[in-house]
Amino acid sequence: MEIPVMVGAGLVVIGVGLGIGRIGGSAMEAIARQPEAYGKIQTAMLIAAALIEGIGFAALFAV
Amino acid sequence: MRKTFFTRFFLVATLLLAQFTFANEQEHEAEEHGKDLKTEIKEYISHHLKDSHDFSLFSYTKENGEHKYVGFPLPVILWDNGLKVFSSSKFHHGETIAEVDGNHYKLYHSKIYKTDSEGTINYDEEHHPTNVKPLDFSITKNVVMIIVTGLLMLWLFTSLARSYAKNNGIPTGAGRFFEPIVLYIRDDIARPNIGEKRYKKYMPFLLTIFFFIWFLNIFGLTPLGINVTGNIAITFALALMTFLITNFTGTKDYWMHQFNPLGNTMPWYAKIPLYIILVPIEILGLFIKPFSLLIRLYANMQAGHIVLMSLIGLMFIFKSWLGSPLSFFLAFAISLIEILVALLQAYIFTMLSALYFGFASEDHHEEGHENDPELVHL
Repeated sequence: MEIPVMVGAGLVVIGVGLGIGRIGGSAMEAIARQPEAYGKIQTAMLIAAALIEGIGFAALFAV
Repeated sequence: MRKTFFTRFFLVATLLLAQFTFANEQEHEAEEHGKDLKTEIKEYISHHLKDSHDFSLFSYTKENGEHKYVGFPLPVILWDNGLKVFSSSKFHHGETIAEVDGNHYKLYHSKIYKTDSEGTINYDEEHHPTNVKPLDFSITKNVVMIIVTGLLMLWLFTSLARSYAKNNGIPTGAGRFFEPIVLYIRDDIARPNIGEKRYKKYMPFLLTIFFFIWFLNIFGLTPLGINVTGNIAITFALALMTFLITNFTGTKDYWMHQFNPLGNTMPWYAKIPLYIILVPIEILGLFIKPFSLLIRLYANMQAGHIVLMSLIGLMFIFKSWLGSPLSFFLAFAISLIEILVALLQAYIFTMLSALYFGFASEDHHEEGHENDPELVHL
């Protein structure tokens, strides 16, 4: 595979990692603030993470 | 009573299935003799990921170079100026050319092409075959798995419903595992997104989609090599159903919202420059939302299988005391994650479908009435 393709794939993975990391981080903070809302926060976090991962996979497969 | 029925059913099914299993002896050409481990692993992985016309459970090579396949062939149904049905054992795993009614068919890379008696395949510049392909309606491995999953779900849920009727609303046995899941789909996925009035219409579809995708994903993790949801045609069909249901049950407000997103908030001459950009994006979003469902499920499953099989193959490449156990444990950990991903992807698909149904069936909000200056607030 050519170099630009590999660089593009690497950038996509960086983007996905940063995005999901930030969501995870803010979910942790929210749980720390209000531990009884743990279920709802976890649900929302998983949904957002799956959306970002979907875009990441689409980009990787197009590459 | 139900427990003995369960065990009897599975005993009969296993015995019936065992009648059809037999081993085919194969002699391989000299070209395959010098295959090194990496190409063999790559072939094995791609065989696992692709659909095939026979249900081969596993194959092994004996010491004198013969391949033995254990499995059973599936019927091939073609439409080529007439219906032709034959067993895929005539293909001998891609080795020979099947001759049916004077037509010759050759299996090349899991697709059937029509050739002459020599088996020539004409390639174009990009090394794609240009032979005529007859319409292929065969019962392949994926079709068998879909039918099996459908029958399993049918049996499971009808017996669940019957146990409710017998026991006055309290589930027994396997029902105790499925009832919280069904209630979760109703209370936390359907009701918040679709609203109280209309969620009942969409519940059968959401439940079916959830359990279908979940069971198919779990079946893909077994070593039988059945990769159904990692097939883009199947996820395309599921996303197409979501798309059709969203659009055919959309209320008038939904379509108005698509083509008139800003509503009453601005006079018409101010909306035109915005609409030139906004309306194409909305229409594009109409197609991209189910498309993302399709890609997400397909890519997650496919990538998971590739990673898992590559790690298992890595075990055989590192023939050492240190590398192989490490890759074994890594493969084990990743397969645990894959079990979680199976459930998660089914949940995400159902959740996003419910969200799109909610968009489609929303009632008329009061748009722009809040800023009405005529109202006097006391």
